[in-house]
Amino acid sequence: MIAADQPVQRSAASQLLHVDGSGRIRSVPRSHFIDLLRPGDVVVANDAATLPASLRGVHVQTGAEVEVRLAARASLAPADVLRFRAVVFGAGDYRTRTEDRALPPPLEPGQKIQLGSLTAVVEQLLGHPRLIALRFENSAAEVWAGLARHGRPIQYAHMPQALQLWDVWTPIAAQPVAYEPPSAGFALDWQLLAAFASKGIVFTTITHAAGISSTGDAELDRLLPLDEPYRIPSATAMAIHRASREKRRVVAIGTTVVRALEHSAARFGTVIAGDGIANQRIGAHTRLRVVDAILSGTHEPGTSHYDLLRAFVADSTLRRADRALDEGGFRTHEFGDSVLIFAANARTGRGARSPYTSRFLRAPDVVQEPDRLSPAGRLVGCSC
Amino acid sequence: MQTDMQTPRVLITGGTSGLGLALVRELTARGASVAFVARTAERVAAVAREHGAHGIVGDVAQKYDIHRIALQTTGALGGLDVLVNNASALGPTPLALLGDTQCEDFERALATNVLGPFRLTKALLGSLAASAREGRGSVVLNISSDAAVNAYGRWGAYGSSKAALAHMTRIWNEEMASQGVKLLALDPGDMDTPMHAVAIPDADRTTLKQPDAAAVEIADAIADLLPAVQATAIRRAS
Repeated sequence: MIAADQPVQRSAASQLLHVDGSGRIRSVPRSHFIDLLRPGDVVVANDAATLPASLRGVHVQTGAEVEVRLAARASLAPADVLRFRAVVFGAGDYRTRTEDRALPPPLEPGQKIQLGSLTAVVEQLLGHPRLIALRFENSAAEVWAGLARHGRPIQYAHMPQALQLWDVWTPIAAQPVAYEPPSAGFALDWQLLAAFASKGIVFTTITHAAGISSTGDAELDRLLPLDEPYRIPSATAMAIHRASREKRRVVAIGTTVVRALEHSAARFGTVIAGDGIANQRIGAHTRLRVVDAILSGTHEPGTSHYDLLRAFVADSTLRRADRALDEGGFRTHEFGDSVLIFAANARTGRGARSPYTSRFLRAPDVVQEPDRLSPAGRLVGCSC
Repeated sequence: MQTDMQTPRVLITGGTSGLGLALVRELTARGASVAFVARTAERVAAVAREHGAHGIVGDVAQKYDIHRIALQTTGALGGLDVLVNNASALGPTPLALLGDTQCEDFERALATNVLGPFRLTKALLGSLAASAREGRGSVVLNISSDAAVNAYGRWGAYGSSKAALAHMTRIWNEEMASQGVKLLALDPGDMDTPMHAVAIPDADRTTLKQPDAAAVEIADAIADLLPAVQATAIRRAS
């Protein structure tokens, strides 16, 4: 596929590959997305805004230049911004392909990295020369100001121009907790949301800390996605329950929405409101309990995002979709074209087997059990 | 600064003097979770310290400051329920007839009074709509002026910009009704503020409204626009 190399969220030329529940594939302009939805469908998007999570600075011990990419924290709480997991690169910037980026100087616990006005201390090495747990020696307010002043959106070599925050915030971007944009949401705008309302399509959101998609290091990338905190508002949980009861469809805008809703449903038998940490991998063998369809960017086989699509349709269908994407000149990466995939057999009302009761609507925060952590979660030992 | 469902999360621009400062004082006193923006770091730090509000250094007239302000606001407050676009620029000082107004002064009034509120509201629209979906308040209050309505000589840059702001507010309010976001322009009246002193140095200050009194009225107006659960929290005990 062709790399989309301009930060245009909604291009008049954007395409959409539609895979219906019978595996039929066709290509339409993405502006026709709403025509593929029905009144009563519940559209769920991730309203996370994206952090300027790339910080340039100096490894104080050696004076070496480094780039720190914040990659995860333990919760979505506004003040919980002193400890992060982070990926550290040596000198250079995004213009160099990540797989060619220099390693940072050897990092040791206790060493400091000066990142503009922020001072980070290496707390722990996480089993890889690039992956660390760090702690800012600043107040939460200073961290927010420092990120605003010195942080830049994480970006990659296929995009030549430096991205600004407005390039990576979706129109619905709210709390800044994502490390890379929940880019399926680039397809949304206020005109479309107004059209949803007119057509009787329900629009709701979750907030999910979408993590980094690729470090360029095969060993690290095997650990992706890292554990990602999410929040499901009561209104969203209620809309999903009503849809489930009435056998209406749930359409996820992006992989992060699938991850959050299916995590909640797998854990509680039904989607409940509250905070959780998505730590599962979704793949060919995952039984989807909530989501009937996904709007997503195009993804390369072998990535965790591609694996997630395998939960929706058979591999043979995905291979046909891949060919259609190639032949149709679809553009890939976050500013590229989209796919809309309906789960095979067009089931509706997933999860209807667990009757909704009001006590599920407000549950205590999800408490993580160590044995349920993803490989990356085990690797970092929940320390941050 | 994490707040519960009941506590309104408010951002006030121009929060270190005049009406903005009075609003920071009034709304923090009523228990709201408040962030504010102003240009001077020392003043921001002092007001933040004194009132327990989240201070943000920035200039709403500067395009590159807008998302930095939005980031710090929603980052530190965890979201946003109320945006008060209060920061304003007079245009030429001393005030001048339009024919004597430098283009750059007119542009500065537009940048601060129209483009700034447009950009900041747009950057925060996702947060405001999210609040509405969750049953919280979702209000943008744009501070206007009678100069937006009446043709006062020598108030051309300011009056034109405030008229544009008021009209933008009405249109946007129509457009966002289906998403539950309310936008309102409000004229607090002539107040005894540093900006008024620059505009009319020889005004009889005893005839001017005190910004604290205007802040009480505006806080009440905000409470009226919030859902009951949040309004109760910041309604002034009378």
